[in-house]
Amino acid sequence: MMKIKVYGPGCARCKQTEEIVRRALSETGTQAEVEKVSDIQAMAAAGILATPAVAVNDVIKTSGRIPKLDEVKAWVSAS
Amino acid sequence: MAAGLKARETRETEMGQPGSAPQSAAWASTAGRRPQFAGVWRPLLAGAPLLLVWWLVYRHLAPFAAWVTYQVLSLKPGRLAGAAEFFLFETPKVLLLLVLVVFGVGVIRSFFTPEKTRQILAGKRESVGNLLAAGLGVVTPFCSCSAVPLFLGFVTSGVPLGVTFSFLISAPMVNEVALVLLFGLFGWKVAALYAGTGLMIAIVAGWTIGRLHMEGHVEPWVYSGPVAGQTQPGVRVEWAERLRYGRDAVREIVGKVWPFVLAGIAVGAGIHGYVPEGFMASIMGKGAWWSVPLAVLIGIPMYSNAAGIIPVVQALLAKGAALGTVLAFMMSVIGLSLPETIILRKVLKPVLIATFIGVVGLGILIVGYLFNVLL
Repeated sequence: MMKIKVYGPGCARCKQTEEIVRRALSETGTQAEVEKVSDIQAMAAAGILATPAVAVNDVIKTSGRIPKLDEVKAWVSAS
Repeated sequence: MAAGLKARETRETEMGQPGSAPQSAAWASTAGRRPQFAGVWRPLLAGAPLLLVWWLVYRHLAPFAAWVTYQVLSLKPGRLAGAAEFFLFETPKVLLLLVLVVFGVGVIRSFFTPEKTRQILAGKRESVGNLLAAGLGVVTPFCSCSAVPLFLGFVTSGVPLGVTFSFLISAPMVNEVALVLLFGLFGWKVAALYAGTGLMIAIVAGWTIGRLHMEGHVEPWVYSGPVAGQTQPGVRVEWAERLRYGRDAVREIVGKVWPFVLAGIAVGAGIHGYVPEGFMASIMGKGAWWSVPLAVLIGIPMYSNAAGIIPVVQALLAKGAALGTVLAFMMSVIGLSLPETIILRKVLKPVLIATFIGVVGLGILIVGYLFNVLL
């Protein structure tokens, strides 16, 4: 199953990102496991320098900004 | 950028667990894509008429403000008319400048990612590194909410501690919104002084922290943890997308700060018409030597975005406060803040936090005195 990780220390922008990811999943009817990663060392190990960041199946799609709903839909449909 | 950080948000944050399983992730690579030269020209051609319109409007703001004040509102020349004309002239002027500069900076920032900046800075010698880091701090997109992952990612991949600090100091301190507002309201000299001294403080303070060899005052788990993953910034961004970054930046930043800008100009307009000059001269003027340290001490724990502090700056200057004192106050408010130090406490021990605040505060203090003496 598709695994989506949302990296963020828990700021408002990170929560917004998680909501957008969940909305994209429900609107496209995609099954995926969404994990919120707030551990800073895990972020560093994944090579993330700016939050919020989103990775689909461990491939980083965006970092440092809130992704657009359409963008996320494209990622989850392509994977 | 000037995101509303709240101490409450940081408390929810989980501490990094030492020895947590490293996760591997590769950057999305779209390296197969070809550069689209057509993609450069179309938006540029569409942009040229817009820029022309911008310039024409900008050039005609003064007669427009006078026309509205004296013809449309038919005000008699006097204090009220003076205030109204000031407001009608400054508001569109500052908003126009803000839109153009924020758009430009948004496009420039699409060329600089934190990942690329880290690659440039890793393994650099200190002096050169501090200089580069301070400069890159201005153009690399950065939000103080990402300060910790960024700090961790920098120091564990070979960016020296002092160089990392130069970046962390210059990123919030030299702010494009503040730069535009200072340019629009006080002229290019004040704006240049602010940008130049902000960079100097970031360079010298970062270099000093590096010289003090304070690696031992970084939380031990930072260096014992896994080495930060390296990322391949192989994503080719097309021009249409860069322009979209610019547009998004305008929407986000100008959309957030315009009420502060209006408030600032309204305060300025009120002062312009009514408050006598020299009102603040006795308290914050050049004569009061203690005003600079006091301004810095008050400014450090305060946190405001750059747009919010400019109205205060304008009011203080107009009432006769000295430029150095006001500049020091502004820098300590936007450059050093309680929320950011609380966030950084996760990776830095108190001694290093205190050194960081002390060195930067001292730099701001010197800048304040310097301007009061020179100008």
